[in-house]
Amino acid sequence: MEAVCHFDIKFNRFIDPQGNVVDRLPDWATESFLVSAYQDMVKTRVFDQKAIALQRTGQLGTYPSTLGMEAIGVAIGLAMDKEDVFVPYYRDHATLLKRGYRMEDILLYWGGDERGSLAGMPQDFPYCVPIATQCGHAVGVAAAKKIRGSSNASLVTIGDGGTSKGDFLEAVNVAGAWQLPVVFIINNNQWAISVPRNLQTGAKTLAQKAILGGVPSLQVDGNDFVAVYDATKEALKRAYHHKGATVIECVSYRLSDHTTADDATRYRRSEEVSSAWEREPVKRLQQYLYKQGAWNEHKEQALLKEAQQAVEVAVKRYLSSEPEPAEAMFDHLYAEMPQGMEEQLEELSTKVQRMAAVGKGGSSHG
Amino acid sequence: MAEVTLVEAVNLALNHEMRTDNSVVILGEDVGVNGGVFRATQGLRETFGFKRVMDTPLAETLIGGLSVGMAAHGLKPVAEIQFLGFIFAAYEQLITHAARLRNRTRGRLSCPMVIRAPFGGGIHAPEHHSESTEALLAHIPGIKVVIPSSPQRAYSLLLAAIRDPDPVVFLEPKRIYRAVKQRVEDDGSDLPIGSCFTLREGQDVTLVTWGASVMEAMKAANQMSERGVEVEVIDVATVKPLDMNTILASVRKTGRCVIVHEATRSFGVGAEISAQIAEKALVDLIAPVKRVTGYDTVMPYYRNENYFMPNEEEILAALQAIVHDGE
Ligand SMILES: Cc1ncc(C[n+]2csc(CCOP(=O)(O)OP(=O)(O)O)c2C)c(N)n1
Ligand SMILES: [Mg+2]
Repeated sequence: MEAVCHFDIKFNRFIDPQGNVVDRLPDWATESFLVSAYQDMVKTRVFDQKAIALQRTGQLGTYPSTLGMEAIGVAIGLAMDKEDVFVPYYRDHATLLKRGYRMEDILLYWGGDERGSLAGMPQDFPYCVPIATQCGHAVGVAAAKKIRGSSNASLVTIGDGGTSKGDFLEAVNVAGAWQLPVVFIINNNQWAISVPRNLQTGAKTLAQKAILGGVPSLQVDGNDFVAVYDATKEALKRAYHHKGATVIECVSYRLSDHTTADDATRYRRSEEVSSAWEREPVKRLQQYLYKQGAWNEHKEQALLKEAQQAVEVAVKRYLSSEPEPAEAMFDHLYAEMPQGMEEQLEELSTKVQRMAAVGKGGSSHG
Repeated sequence: MAEVTLVEAVNLALNHEMRTDNSVVILGEDVGVNGGVFRATQGLRETFGFKRVMDTPLAETLIGGLSVGMAAHGLKPVAEIQFLGFIFAAYEQLITHAARLRNRTRGRLSCPMVIRAPFGGGIHAPEHHSESTEALLAHIPGIKVVIPSSPQRAYSLLLAAIRDPDPVVFLEPKRIYRAVKQRVEDDGSDLPIGSCFTLREGQDVTLVTWGASVMEAMKAANQMSERGVEVEVIDVATVKPLDMNTILASVRKTGRCVIVHEATRSFGVGAEISAQIAEKALVDLIAPVKRVTGYDTVMPYYRNENYFMPNEEEILAALQAIVHDGE
């Protein structure tokens, strides 16, 4: 028998966990660009910690933290073109902040308010909670781009667990069959709630799942901003030049609980988490910048202060937002309200009054 | 005898049946070490091992397919769908296989499987976690749909579901997972699937409901009682097959019926009940049947979910209106 096909999966990293350069940095990786990326990562983290605190004090709903995954989120946010279409999952706060969301928009969404999804680039998709379903949209968008002769791409994110679903595999398959301008970013944070990566699949990497559709793929160190950005930028370029899709597996770690509703101490060892902290992305880029003389303690303090102030302003705006009128649930159901719905709308108005009379209503965030 | 919550009663029933029947296995997302995101399967992995309590890859179509295959081949799978809002990928397996394997093979193969899923609003959950889509399941020929509303009924109906020779979807109203504690004897005794439970007797109005709305309905009924109107409260418990005998007997007695459900209104289970009343007891009605339900809208995110779910005030208003109707 002879082998008719060969595959291998490459792993890429430029900066190691201690902030040392292990491979010559690409030309785009200028000091000033990396400083601004670092600032975005820090702002994301400050925001993220505040969101968790809001949930803990009953001022926000269930929230999925992005702690430890900031390099991925910021890198793809910076790599994407304004005209590209972002198709997120639910943990992409860092990227959404680069796509025009304000922090209060993110809080609104997780605070149970549909208006959070008004934000961002008008062509982007909103947060997606049903796992992996966004993958179909991303290839649909890419097909639309191709059919309509646009040179832009779609970029979709998904967790390690999500790659077990047909939605992901089917989308990768069609992306290969149709040579679609789409980039799949796998945020492999090693856990799907309590289920570890090795229980999701017998495959050694998640990147190799792309082989099923004939789509090129690679693994990158997801805690190395430079590696994620470089791979994403390359993949987008391929998409823009009609060279088809790419799957990028970003190997990272979920340093937080799955969401604020989860308690990860039930299922994972604290040693695993503390060793993951040694590889985390924010510290890594900071170390690199320190070593380059591009960053210092003074700048760090100023950045933290600025980030905290920005978060406080956003939180104030969020907390003072009035709930939408209940009747809004009828407003955007169809382009035009079908006949027969007015009766239900009237019923709702009566209900609103009746509830107000006994002091019930929509929830404020306070 | 232990005092347990509804979710603890689910756990008790699972534990009991796994102890007494080796063919019972559990599968789903996070059901193992984590014990389920609501802890319904807590401790079962430790007791019964990973061969009987399986964390599946994250894939609901797979969970459906695995269950069908296991059920057809000697196991009694009890699959957990983490939230009912994520069951849709498993519908193909439910509709095209689980529900009709017996029929297609003229009884040669069958599907004694259970799918459990928490459902319903009221816990400030994120998008897609709060809908009540029991009607989408009840519309499938060959599936049974059971919804307990108390710890005792959760325990005994889940046992019945696992022992049932056909596929049962067991929907757990998560808003009342921990609302009350009740003494439940862990004696393995089940309750019949396909029977309503009359929780409160009354001569004046029949109030039909299920799931978390049962608690709101009982509060409203008690208020009516203080005003001299006796409401008969029926917990449907099995949405499919519907026990219309109990409902019709009550409606023939009272002549008035209010149906309450959290699910969206049109084409819902309430519509089926109302249609059967119209077909079989129209002449006994003093007033038209009333429905108090969610609207025909997408369920709002949690800030406004209270406006969507039927509440005590609304049920009370419907009861008051119906007793004056037809006078
Ligand atoms: C279709 C579907 N099934 C189940 C869930 C419940 N759920 C939410 S997050 C999650 C784990 C996801 O893990 P992964 O894909 O690795 O992404 P991560 O959250 O780790 O970023 C599960 C099972 C869901 N949201 N959608
Ligand atoms: Mg994950």
